[in-house]
Amino acid sequence: MLIGVLAVQGDVSEHVDALKRACDRVEVVLVRKRGIIPECDGIVIPGGESTTFCRLLEKEGIWDEIVEAVKRGVPVLATCAGLILLSKEVIDSAQGQRTLGVLNVKVRRNAFGRQRESFEAMVDVKDIGEYRGVFIRAPVVEEVENGVDVISKLGDKIVGVRQNNIIGFAFHPELTDDIRIHRLFLDLVKAVEGRMMGSFSPQTSNSPSS
Amino acid sequence: MKLEELRYGTELIKRGFAKMQKGGVIMDVTNPEQAEIAESAGAVAVMALQAVPADIRAAGGVARMADPQTILEIMDAVTIPVMAKVRIGHFVEAEILEALGVDMIDESEVLTPADEQFHIDKKRFKVPFVCGARDLGEALRRIDEGAAMIRTKGEAGTGDVKEAVRHMRLIQSAIRELKGKTEEELKLVARKIEAPFELVKETAELGRLPVVNFAAGGIATPADAALMMKLGADGVFVGSGIFKSEQPEKMASAIVEAVNNYENPEVLAEVSKGLGSPMKGIDARTLSEEEALQTRGW
Repeated sequence: MLIGVLAVQGDVSEHVDALKRACDRVEVVLVRKRGIIPECDGIVIPGGESTTFCRLLEKEGIWDEIVEAVKRGVPVLATCAGLILLSKEVIDSAQGQRTLGVLNVKVRRNAFGRQRESFEAMVDVKDIGEYRGVFIRAPVVEEVENGVDVISKLGDKIVGVRQNNIIGFAFHPELTDDIRIHRLFLDLVKAVEGRMMGSFSPQTSNSPSS
Repeated sequence: MKLEELRYGTELIKRGFAKMQKGGVIMDVTNPEQAEIAESAGAVAVMALQAVPADIRAAGGVARMADPQTILEIMDAVTIPVMAKVRIGHFVEAEILEALGVDMIDESEVLTPADEQFHIDKKRFKVPFVCGARDLGEALRRIDEGAAMIRTKGEAGTGDVKEAVRHMRLIQSAIRELKGKTEEELKLVARKIEAPFELVKETAELGRLPVVNFAAGGIATPADAALMMKLGADGVFVGSGIFKSEQPEKMASAIVEAVNNYENPEVLAEVSKGLGSPMKGIDARTLSEEEALQTRGW
């Protein structure tokens, strides 16, 4: 099982550590350039600055690879800036900021305010239960289309969504010691892998797993 | 949502903010136009200043916190985080910046120190702080006071990277030397470098500083930025290096790409092409003791 962590910028090592703690057999590769995403069984998009992500993803040619991987059903875990990057529409985006547009939600950037207004709070996550949410200049999901499940809320605000194999959170599970969300993601990767092994898809049998 | 259950300004929140900056470039800007250039080049944050360090150095006199009006205009112009500097020990300037809503405060030797004995007690603020350091002891003293991020001091406003290199190498080698030491030996180190034992121990266990560590002070080209990343920096601050260069837009983008591709010399060669003149700079060794900024703070 090879997980690609997008590493152009952001809290990359925290996700790598969380994945390794969640499963000792997982292999992690850092994605800074083109050509790695197509080999991955799962993709993690970390927290960071979404405007920086956009610029570097386009520049390095990783943009189309992620969109293509999502279309193939490769599981994605996205946190904070990662959630913004996947979304179809962004309110309060920077000038000229594009997004991958594969997740059918409308998000608001910096929805709670600036760093001063960043906070920790307990949230409920579907299939997991109570979870410590670390919200740093966090976005919220303001609208979801059909096919998107709301899996986490803080009061009346949507802070976690799932659409097929995409899981997105407004907070940072990678900043806590609680690995339940990363485990949930890896279980999804295993399930998808199992289904693909069962099918006749030739490219999965070639995927490097060592 | 019960408001009393939201916990603001915790160590996790403050250090977490710094972690989101990793792998990024933070650029000094003095007006909204420069801030927009920085944002579209892919900066992770901007540092709002009245003047860049090279100009502060040239102007002489007392350097203070920027005009709140300038800072607010920059905050309005961009969506990325905005940082600003306060004088060492000037906690009222810090309270003013916190009231403005600045995302991170740099307690900086680039400005004229306001207190010759005490740095700011950063733990009582909700806004995270970044502080400069020249060696491990200085870095850990700042973390003990509540800094959520460390940067090398380097020698700001010179465009000469050697001091940043020296400081980064000193910090990294001191951390390597902690490896394998017994608790008693670590206590000895703590006494010697004048840092709290608990932080020395934590650093030894982690094999790195307990907070994010950026490079700053003299970075002027994409190659300089990549050099600092190779030496173990988590990201870079570029002060005068961008807006004192001949083509700021190009230089800004090139440095962002260099930080992402620091391990790839072919890409570094490509992004370094045709950038025009970098800032002119000064050899940091020619500065007198009074002219050096890095000796401010302790």
